[in-house]
Formats: sequence, C-alpha cells, structure tokens
Amino acid sequence: MVNIDFENKKATRESYGEALEKMGSKDKKIVVLDADLSGATKTNIFGKKNPKRFFNMGIAEQDMVGTAAGFATCGLIPYVSSFAVFLAGRAYDQIRASVAYPKLNVKLCATHAGITVGEDGATHQMLEDISLMRTLPNMTVLSVSDDAETRWAVNKIKEIEGPVYLRLSRLATPKIYTEDQKFEIGKAIQIGDGCDATVIATGVTVIEALKAQEELKEKNINIRVIDMHTIKPIDKKIIIKAAKQTKKIITIEDHSIIGGLGTSVMEVLSENYPKEVIRLGIQDTFGESGKAELLMEKYGITSQNIVKLFE
Amino acid sequence: MRPNQVIHGGSLSLVEILTVLYFNQMNLANRTPKHPNRDRLVLSKGHAAPALYATLAERGFIPRASLKTLRKIDSNLQGHPDMNKVAGVDMTSGSLGQGLSVANGMAIAGKLDEREYRVYCIVGDGELQEGQIWEACMTSYHYKLNNLCLIVDNNNLQIDGPVDKVMNIYPLKNKFESFGFKVFEVDGHNIEELVETFEKSKKFKKKPVAIIAKTVKGKGVSFMENSSAWHGKAPSAQDMARIEWGK
Ligand SMILES: Cc1ncc(C[n+]2csc(CCOP(=O)(O)OP(=O)(O)O)c2C)c(N)n1
Ligand SMILES: [Mg+2]
Repeated sequence: MVNIDFENKKATRESYGEALEKMGSKDKKIVVLDADLSGATKTNIFGKKNPKRFFNMGIAEQDMVGTAAGFATCGLIPYVSSFAVFLAGRAYDQIRASVAYPKLNVKLCATHAGITVGEDGATHQMLEDISLMRTLPNMTVLSVSDDAETRWAVNKIKEIEGPVYLRLSRLATPKIYTEDQKFEIGKAIQIGDGCDATVIATGVTVIEALKAQEELKEKNINIRVIDMHTIKPIDKKIIIKAAKQTKKIITIEDHSIIGGLGTSVMEVLSENYPKEVIRLGIQDTFGESGKAELLMEKYGITSQNIVKLFE
Repeated sequence: MRPNQVIHGGSLSLVEILTVLYFNQMNLANRTPKHPNRDRLVLSKGHAAPALYATLAERGFIPRASLKTLRKIDSNLQGHPDMNKVAGVDMTSGSLGQGLSVANGMAIAGKLDEREYRVYCIVGDGELQEGQIWEACMTSYHYKLNNLCLIVDNNNLQIDGPVDKVMNIYPLKNKFESFGFKVFEVDGHNIEELVETFEKSKKFKKKPVAIIAKTVKGKGVSFMENSSAWHGKAPSAQDMARIEWGK
C-alpha cells in the first residue's frame, strides 16, 4: 500500500546498505566488493560485520568487476558497488564480456545514479546507465524508489540466477510504501487508476509523479502513476493497458531521455499500441554542480514539470 | 603433439604450456568439468582458443571431430572461449586484460571455501599493456594469492608488431617482482623445464607466482615463426601444404 511519509526521508543507497548487511550476514555465499567508496555506497555496514567476506578493491572498478566474475564462477554471490558512473561506465566492457555474456551471478549495485548526485557535478552524474545496462543480453535492470522497495530488491535479486543491475540514489526521498506492499520482478506498481493521463516513473522521480498526482487531483485531473521498478524485463502489459485507458503517456526519469525509461516505454508502445509519449528526463545534456532539488528543477524532472503539461 | 587444428601464431606459442598444464600439472578432478576442487585455468588471451580447444580435445573433454567446426556457424567452438558452450573451459574470455582479475576471484574464493585448488591464468605479453592487468596484480599480492599462477606468453609480438616497438612492457621480471610476485623465467617450449618450473612454483607459498615463458609466436611452422603477420590469419590450403608437421 502507498502511504507517503514526507517526514521520513531516506536514500535508497542507505536502505541498500542496511538490507545488504541484514541479508548478507546470514548468508555465507554473499561476498561484497567496493572500490574505495564503501562509506558512500553504504557497503561498509556489511563490511564492518563481515570483514572476511568484504573486499575493498581500491580504486580499480574494472578489476573489481572481473574479480566478482571469478567469485561467481565458484558459486559465491557477489554484490558489487560503486557510483553508477564508475560501475556501468568505467567497467562497461568488463560487465559485458566477463559478466553479462557468460551469464555470471553478479549483482551490480550502483549508487549515486542520476543528476541528483548534486554537488559533485557532471563527471559523477551518471545519466546513461539504464541505457547501457538494459541493452546487455542476460541483464536484469532494477531502479528502485523507496526504502521498502529497495529492501525487497536487495533480497530478491539474490534469487535471480544471473547478472543484475540495481540502480540506487544518493538523494534522500520519502518512504512511499508500507510494509505490506507486494513487489514482483517485471511487474510495475500502479498507483491510482485515473484516465486523464499516465505518468510512468522510476527511482527518485516516482515521488515527483505522486506529488503531481495529488496536485492535479485538486484541479479535477485524475492521473495514474506507474512505478517502473523493473526496467528490464519491462512490464509491457501495464504500459499497453495505460495507453489504451488514458489520454496521455508521460515518462519521468533522472536519466537521459535517450535509452532510458522513456525510450523503453516508447519501444513497447510503438510495437504494440502506437501513441505519443512525452519524455521528461535529462534532455541530452550533461549535468552540473548544485543542490539536487535545484538541479531537478533546472533540468525539468520535478512534479511541477508534470503539472505544467496540463496547463 | 602439435595438433593440426592449432594454426595461428598466438596459439602455437602456447602448445607446450597447455600440454604440460593439462597432462601433467593440473588437477582435473577426473576430468569433471565444474568440479569444485578442480584446478582452474583462465585463458585471458582468449584468441588462443584453438590451442585450448585442441588441448581439451586431446584430454577428452570435447570430441576431436568437433575441432573441425571451429569458428563455424552453430558451433560450440566460438572464436574465443565460451565457458557455457565448451566443457572444460573455466572462464569466457576474448576482451584482453580481464582474465587475471577473474583468476584472482577464483583464487580468493578457494581460500574462503577452504579448497586446495590452484588457479592458472595465461596472458599475452601485448596484453600486459592493459591497465587492468596491473590493477589485478595488486589484488593478487594484496590478498596473498599463493594459489595463483600467472603465465606470461612472452613471444614479444602483438598484432601491429614487436611488443617493445608498439609499447614497451619491459623490464618484465622487475615489474612483476615490484608488484609482489615471485617470478620464474622459463623456455616456454621446453617440456622438462616447464614441468620443473611449475613444480617449483607450487612449492612457493608466500606470494603469487608469475612465470614468464619465453616463446616463439607461430612455433613449429617455419614460415609463421616470429611473424606478426600470422597473428590471427589462418593459413590457406597452399600454406598448409608447406607445413612440415611434427618438427
Ligand atoms: C581489449 C582488447 N583489445 C584489442 C583486442 C584485439 N586483439 C586480439 S589479440 C591482440 C594482440 C595480442 O597480443 P599478445 O597479448 O601479445 O598475444 P599473443 O602474441 O600471444 O597472440 C589484440 C590487440 C582484444 N581482443 N581485446
Ligand atoms: Mg605476444
């Protein structure tokens, strides 16, 4: 169930670190690798409790991914973390050749995705990772939006036999779901059943879509929100249904409009139920330094950017 | 033994090394692929797949007849080794520079699981130009991987010419020593010397070992020897007729 708790904000990277410690401390097959960012990715929580199964590989992401692949060939389940840009970007070929192609059981858990990294600026704001990862065969791609969803994902991906990319954020965002919410890989969550429009969101933009939903309700505009936590395999059914039942399809993501969620939705619709898609996201440009909230405004991925589409 | 199917330079420099490993040194767990206690080999220079396939065929992992399908459509014998398609291949490879990291992961896993296996990793000398190799060397030493054996196929050739002309990698021994490896140098075509060196290296328990094997690219085929022209090119029927096998 959705019960937004605006007072209680938490970044998905924190939920990740805590859930990983909880799950991994009990399971001897779990090993965790980081590349000198364990304080920021929160893998240090696991590391402190399980020093023998925690590997700080130094600032060497390519080696880290290769080492994880080696672990996986021996039946261990490596969770590998760094910032999204250094994992999906710096180690792309290692992920491609040594993880995705051999279908090894490596869980790539990338924090600090998107422009909401904030002050570090463009070099650290990964806007292309969904695009890079979803194009790899054998890869499952998740992008989570709140605490409960992240805890579910951390545990669930262990059961998937094969490579997974889990996209996590630095920005603290409200808790969205209550404990009884059910999640399923490949099944998006629909919130509300308004027919005036559908807003499909993922990660930190889900809360923006929900805020817009509230605001528009006051103007008698009823929209439905879809939390697309699984980017691949994407929930085609829910997208096609939304296209049939609602007037507008809008996507919103903290990622380039090229190759990410918006493109994924367009791919599904153009093949199944051609319909215009309005893509909110980073418009084929690099980011810059600044407070995350202000960057979201400047680059057009807030609830207000959704609301404006109905003026 | 120099199987007819091994017909390109980067494979020919490895024939003796692979033969000694698979027929003399490695614990193949009764030739049970994927056995948890088996020794493992990562052929980081995956373009030498023909040499690995021929060795696996001679050792009974794959049918000899399958060698004829090498690189052909629908064959399991891909241009570069695929662990999910070929019994006995411990790791997929093909993109140079990645194998030592994987071998490290296998070696650390062996320690975590308290298994006795050894992990071998074969890299090309041109491949040493990849930065990831040196990242991985730090890891081998940092985690004191005395169950790891790195083998450098030092034929001094890469695609565009001699390694020291394209991008100098020397001095090799000092480099590996300063990265924390115990280094052995060996004639990579001398079976007795190889056996002796592998035996010695196994007894060394303090740090990872690197074996620099001096080799000749195209070894055994007179017109291919020491020629980068034959790096990836397969000989034509006419060329094949010129080969004096078994020399
Ligand atoms: C990352 C990467 N870059 C380029 C290549 C193309 N390539 C294949 S073999 C080779 C030369 C390898 O030379 P060396 O490592 O000395 O191998 P050998 O001489 O033993 O064949 C190159 C550049 C590749 N496979 N992977
Ligand atoms: Mg060479």
